[in-house]
Amino acid sequence: MRDKFADVIFEIGKKDKRISALVADISPAGSMVNFRKKFPKRFINCGVAEQSMIGIAAGMALQGLRPFCYTIATFALYRPFEMIRVDLCYQNLPVTIVGMGAGLIYSTLGGTHQSIEDLAVASAIPNMTVLAPCDPNEMKLATEWCATKSNGPVYMRLGKKGEPDLTSKAIDKFEVGKIRYLEKGNEIAIVSYGTIVSLAFELSRKIKELHDKKCSIISSHTIKPFDKNGFKNILNNHKKVIIIEEHVKNGSLSDKVKSFCHEQKINNEIFSFTLKDQFYHFYGSYKDLLSKHGLDVSSILKKLSI
Amino acid sequence: MKKKDKFNHKDSQTRCLSYRKRILEISQKVSALHLGGAFSCLEIVDCIYFGLMNESKKKDENDIFIMSKGHGCMSQYVVLENKGILTKKNLDEYCTAEGFLGCHPDLGNPGINASTGSLGHGMALSAGVAHALKIKNLQTRVFVVLSDGELQEGSTWEAMMMAANLNLDNLICFLDHNGSQSFGKTKITHPKFYPIKEKIKSFGWICKNVNGHKTNDILKSGKTKVKNKPIMVICNTVKGKGVKFMENKPIWHYRSPTADEFKIAVKGLKKIKN
Repeated sequence: MRDKFADVIFEIGKKDKRISALVADISPAGSMVNFRKKFPKRFINCGVAEQSMIGIAAGMALQGLRPFCYTIATFALYRPFEMIRVDLCYQNLPVTIVGMGAGLIYSTLGGTHQSIEDLAVASAIPNMTVLAPCDPNEMKLATEWCATKSNGPVYMRLGKKGEPDLTSKAIDKFEVGKIRYLEKGNEIAIVSYGTIVSLAFELSRKIKELHDKKCSIISSHTIKPFDKNGFKNILNNHKKVIIIEEHVKNGSLSDKVKSFCHEQKINNEIFSFTLKDQFYHFYGSYKDLLSKHGLDVSSILKKLSI
Repeated sequence: MKKKDKFNHKDSQTRCLSYRKRILEISQKVSALHLGGAFSCLEIVDCIYFGLMNESKKKDENDIFIMSKGHGCMSQYVVLENKGILTKKNLDEYCTAEGFLGCHPDLGNPGINASTGSLGHGMALSAGVAHALKIKNLQTRVFVVLSDGELQEGSTWEAMMMAANLNLDNLICFLDHNGSQSFGKTKITHPKFYPIKEKIKSFGWICKNVNGHKTNDILKSGKTKVKNKPIMVICNTVKGKGVKFMENKPIWHYRSPTADEFKIAVKGLKKIKN
């Protein structure tokens, strides 16, 4: 996703002079070399200074530019939180914050580099749109939307690199604000977003194998605004809904869905799998750390009644 | 681009006297008003608007003003009223449900180019505006008024370093150095805040030090131009300037005078001469 993001922003930047890229001196930003060389004025390495990165982007947006601020998710969102709230959201400016390597992806770098509550934090601010594309294709479409269509601030959660293609055979098109069926089954729906959608596919295959049931797989790439009609459709068409999230429960999609069910007096069976409300001082692979949080096929299957 | 008519210092002194009176009048309707911090930067704001900012028929080429010390916005409101950008009614309705002007400036209101109020945001915001103007190949400049308290925010220094890295010679900042904060005099509460000028210069800025109530000093320093360098004018000011019993008293950061205090304050107002 990371390298593809650099390609996408370069292509958009060629067509639109308003597109600018601000980075906070992280090595992955090296993949943006083409953008930097071709548009040196529109590329700013702000240094290890995330607060001013957001403020400078806001000032540029006040002058009609459409900046992207790119760094590791924890630093992109938490360090300059008040700049995001006041400079971007209060003023409602079209700046996209790209939180790279979000969730547990930096598993060996420890809790300082793991954004496990970013969607809750970003969603809490008025005017903010929150996106979490699941693969390079979805990321491309989301980035194009941020560059050309968005009217306000966006927090976009990205993975790192090497994510598999999950959407080229999707049933629905990508549209910001709408859930998207990647596969259609019946009875059971698996809803997820971001990098961990690949686990939804693994789980679906296992359910097919064990119970001979085909699951629907849904990418809920837009975390905010919440797609009420889309979820109504999912809930009406599936008895059981499984939600898999690389995010803590507080402020999660699961909480939103459950609250929506309560409002709508819908009684579907909802199985929610989120990160635990806990910092693990654990250093292993990404998969190891997900397992620690109970996010792997066998742990999930143990808690499901199918 | 329209060049400024020659700045008349006596006219500015008359305007500043009327601004102080106007703000005191408003203070009798609203209790929430940052009087001290508005009075300390009135001469600065008047000089910027009347002596330094270029006005053009093309909106894109108008110089831009950003009130980084948002709590001092009453000084900007009265200047905008004088220039006819805000109306008397707008100011009469300050902080009321009928009006739209609040204790801090809001983007979208006439003459307001950024929402400020939280300290330490204006420097990065202004640097971003200045850099965007360079990208657009415009000669437009950005004038910023900062509080000295904002220099206690790390974000201000981050952005100052970047503004110098970006060679933003279209960024001209005025530091309202009234040396007074909630707990008292900064030189007593935070002695290592000083020296300021050396710190700013070491960040790659051109830095001047002037009396912030003398319009000839403010104007002369504000006209400084050095290729590729942002400018900071440290304006030494008095919090509550113009009303003797308010001067340098922290309580007047936020308090409005009683009816009796108001009478004394208005009676004591005088022109502040160069």
